[in-house]
Amino acid sequence: MNITIVDYNSGNISSVINSFKKVAQNKVNIEVTSNLKKIKSSDKVVLPGQGSFKSCVDALKNISGLVDTLSEFAIENKKPLLGICVGLQMFADIGYEETETKGLGWISGKVSKIDNKDGKYKLPHIGWNQINIVKESKIFKNIKNNSHMYFVHSYEFIPNDKSVISSTTDYSTKVVCSAEKENLFGTQFHPEKSDQIGLKIIENFINL
Amino acid sequence: MLKNRIIPCLDVKNGRVVKGINFVDLKDAGDPVEQAKIYSDGGADEICFLDITASNENRDTIYNVVKDTSKKCFVPLTVGGGVRSVDDINKLLNCGADKVSINTAAVQNAELVIESSKKFGSQCIVVAIDAKKNGEIWEVFTHGGRKNTGINAIEFAKKMEECGAGELLITSMDRDGTQVGYDIDLMNKISSIINIPVIASGGVGNLDHLVDGIKLGKASAVLAASIFHYGKYSVKEAKQYLDSKGIPVRI
Repeated sequence: MNITIVDYNSGNISSVINSFKKVAQNKVNIEVTSNLKKIKSSDKVVLPGQGSFKSCVDALKNISGLVDTLSEFAIENKKPLLGICVGLQMFADIGYEETETKGLGWISGKVSKIDNKDGKYKLPHIGWNQINIVKESKIFKNIKNNSHMYFVHSYEFIPNDKSVISSTTDYSTKVVCSAEKENLFGTQFHPEKSDQIGLKIIENFINL
Repeated sequence: MLKNRIIPCLDVKNGRVVKGINFVDLKDAGDPVEQAKIYSDGGADEICFLDITASNENRDTIYNVVKDTSKKCFVPLTVGGGVRSVDDINKLLNCGADKVSINTAAVQNAELVIESSKKFGSQCIVVAIDAKKNGEIWEVFTHGGRKNTGINAIEFAKKMEECGAGELLITSMDRDGTQVGYDIDLMNKISSIINIPVIASGGVGNLDHLVDGIKLGKASAVLAASIFHYGKYSVKEAKQYLDSKGIPVRI
């Protein structure tokens, strides 16, 4: 099996690479590339994302043909794709970080700043928080409800269709922390930094 | 509910741990990678390396340490010490650091904080502030606490938040190494005026100090070195103690 981690200059992806390589051992081939041909021929794709919504969308668009190739992979061919952090956020139609920016539009919804209740809650939401699993998800196989995951973000994905939400976490509000729609998976938290339990989620994705 | 974090810090010099954990079963007590792994297996919420390598020739040693650690530890890794430029930050992140802490360079050149938080995202930029009480105010010190700057630490903290820092690591120079507890006033004052998380550092001697740092100092995370180094307490014991005092921790 070939899994591609999309390298599109979206900031630091070395932890994502390390965690996938650790789980994959030598059984699965992990490629790190923005090469369109390699992405097309992959079995699964991981879309990481760090920095702002706008900077990630801009970085994707900067690589000619990348957005179309990813859409073909995920929407037309319905192959499994995992978005992490801003990688998930970009599934939305629109994001409001820095300035209003169009997203990929794969799962309709928006990305807005977490309500900090007039400064009562610190942002970014940094650290370990528990997830409330609200629907069965293939990547949560053998993951206990209320498991701790590592978060670092100030914005959240708010899908129009709430049935795509697979888990939330309690902060200032019930913050959406993962989504699943058919072959599309996304986590707001960082499985690659969430210790053994995070590696288990990565393993679940690899084993889909 | 968001948990308060416990962050063990390891001082690394020329690629070797200074003041390491004194466990008998350690194969190599000076190996930072092995020590970081012990901490992460023990439930550390993050690992911090402070590179105190003095000579320029040996500066590259930290890159290999970070590379090896990030292949074995799957919790966030923060690296600081001698970070001067966007290029330094880029190298550390590429080696597998999740966050980089900037100290002296942030005081000398606030533009570095602005530029790097834009380029890499605020989530990976930690500004480390060393502060010492001077009359009624706390003054910022640089160069590992050797140079005073005349800058008010509380005003500087606010400025660093505005420049795009994702977190502030506040060390009290008066308390560092004393084991009498954090400077609670300092932590509380800074935490109250900024909206990004504060990591308290400097002065921990027992587990009640960690409790005070969070409850009274309003820190989101507590950093400690020597209480863990010498095996006085394990990270697990520290977490259980915090839990028994009603502080939310990841157990």
